[in-house]
Amino acid sequence: MNKLYEEYIKTESLPTLFCPGCGNGIVQVAAINAIDELGIKDDIACVSGIGCSAWIPCYLKLDVIHAMHGRAIPFAEGLKLARPEKKILIFSGDGDCLAIGGNHLIHGAARNIDLTVVNVNNNIYGMTGGQKSPTTPYGAVTKTSPFGAADEPMKGAETAMALGATYVARWTTAHPVQLAKAIKEGIEHKGFSFIEVLSQCPVQAGKNVMGTKEPAEMIRRYREMTCVCKDGEEPPEGKVKIGLFRRDETKVEYTERIRASYEEAGIAAGKGGQDG
Amino acid sequence: MAEEERKIRRGRRRPGDQRIGRMEDGSMVLQGNEACAKGAIQAGCRFFAGYPITPSTEIIELLAEEMPRAGGAFIQMEDEIGSACSIIGARWGGARAMTATSGPGFSLMQEAIGFAASTETPVVFIDVQRGGPSTGQPTLSSQQDVYQARYGSHGDYEIIALSPSSVQEMYDFTIRAFELSEKYRTPVILLSDEEVGHMREKVELRDDVVTIDDSPKDYVKSPQTDFFKGAMSTVEGQLHDEKGRRIGHIPLKSGAFVENICKKISDHADDICQVKAYCMDDADIAIIAYGSVARPAMNAVKLARGIKDDRIFPKFRLFRDLFTKGLTTARNTDYSHLKVGLIKIDTVWPCPDKLIARHAKDVKTVIVPEMNMGKYVKEIQRILPDKQVISLPKVGGDIHSPTDILDKILEEVGMDE
Repeated sequence: MNKLYEEYIKTESLPTLFCPGCGNGIVQVAAINAIDELGIKDDIACVSGIGCSAWIPCYLKLDVIHAMHGRAIPFAEGLKLARPEKKILIFSGDGDCLAIGGNHLIHGAARNIDLTVVNVNNNIYGMTGGQKSPTTPYGAVTKTSPFGAADEPMKGAETAMALGATYVARWTTAHPVQLAKAIKEGIEHKGFSFIEVLSQCPVQAGKNVMGTKEPAEMIRRYREMTCVCKDGEEPPEGKVKIGLFRRDETKVEYTERIRASYEEAGIAAGKGGQDG
Repeated sequence: MAEEERKIRRGRRRPGDQRIGRMEDGSMVLQGNEACAKGAIQAGCRFFAGYPITPSTEIIELLAEEMPRAGGAFIQMEDEIGSACSIIGARWGGARAMTATSGPGFSLMQEAIGFAASTETPVVFIDVQRGGPSTGQPTLSSQQDVYQARYGSHGDYEIIALSPSSVQEMYDFTIRAFELSEKYRTPVILLSDEEVGHMREKVELRDDVVTIDDSPKDYVKSPQTDFFKGAMSTVEGQLHDEKGRRIGHIPLKSGAFVENICKKISDHADDICQVKAYCMDDADIAIIAYGSVARPAMNAVKLARGIKDDRIFPKFRLFRDLFTKGLTTARNTDYSHLKVGLIKIDTVWPCPDKLIARHAKDVKTVIVPEMNMGKYVKEIQRILPDKQVISLPKVGGDIHSPTDILDKILEEVGMDE
């Protein structure tokens, strides 16, 4: 095994429960590379909700909360407020983050609390066996949309932009280097970071949503169907916009704001930790 | 918001000095909810997350001010689900944490209570009960959540729930809730109610440092080391081993895990459970009550036993009885032949089976007044199968009067006894 992964992966927990060809491994490796480049192994914790992608951090040699469905963000907010000096990385799927956890995404982004959300979007509820998710394309046939999905799909990154997240990017599993860079920048960024990753689910989304269940073919399609756009640019008709959408360092982060308001009131900046 | 406006608002803050309002002997007149907030700070709680809801709002209001002053963190969350989840996150960050809610908010928190029980996270939930179901009666009291506190989250687990019946107990039990949660690494519920939450009484405040044993316990089968200490703690909602690795797919290991989180509470019931007995030495009728209803129950005992207590004589209850029974009946009823005692339950969960059986062993009749349709009485019937156990439910938001309880006893046991 690669030295880096020996350092970061709990080998005794292997094999992972990911299906062959799943995009989660690519996201996991990208996250490991980002954490390693930053050299913050001892100062970062991971939080995830429920779903396939929520298992990504469970194999890492880090402190991890594998929390309730949709609730990764509030768990992480509590952890962050107790230890404002530490970094928190969240893994949350499309259903976890945008459906059941939508309310927490709204308020986490609006607060601009220093969390990094990696939103692994495979367009399906994979763990439960292939039901329609908030990002399932219009008309796609799934187990719970046998006549074609009637809902207009949600766009995670655009939603996070509208909510005021201060670092927003979208990449795919066909762009692992860019993804690792985005996760690294997201962790470094002081504020709410939202990184959407289009990730293949060959088993549940492959055939009906993507038209192929070959992982390599799915990754090739991600490369074909996307277009890297700079700030303000729009992709050609029919292509999905990817790239770095926003990086705003001017907005003051939530825990900093709290500290400033306490200091202004003459209260020593408090932190929740027992050693604080 | 304009800077000027913010400063004006800040000027309205109450002074954070803990000594303000205290009497010479160090005591203070406080509302139950305020006492709860002060007890939390005293117990070393350094993280509070909440969402405003009647009748628990005073707790979040007071802690918005006092938690930062104590060096802790405070957040008003977007809902009660977020509040319950963030306190668990904060506890893994090393901060002792709690949330407070009522009625519908308590329903929303149930999944997180189960998560805390399964991951063996020590956190405190305050439920200031109001009338239900649904939106119910936001401003009136009830004890309708007593089973929800025990069985509210899905799956098998045991819970610790304390039921205060005075402002002093609201303060003391909040501190005890933190002690028990750390000792057994489990969520603890303070099952208060609107009557106690909004009552104002004198409270003896503690000035000592509350020392809480939060060392690792061998009866805990989940990771126990706080985050950022290099322990690689995995907090896993699926059934797990000591390292947080999932075992949910292995029936034998999973069964042992579930048995353990139940037994670590039930096996220590003798240490956890507390009841108080009044006038039980010669009693042949026992009133068993918890929470606010223990107050009129106590007064009923005093009334029947002729114990003079200026504070308790139910003058205004007599005034109310004018409308229901007529003044003459209320004044002239003689209860003095009733040898009544009170067993007041401080720890509603785990159910103090042994203590109740011991205190009630010589009585013939037991009456259980509750501000619900008769819930906890089923536990009493289970513990005392050979006694006459009378349920005295009351719903609608009004608490029992002492004469309600005594009249019911007269009705059931007859005047001739």
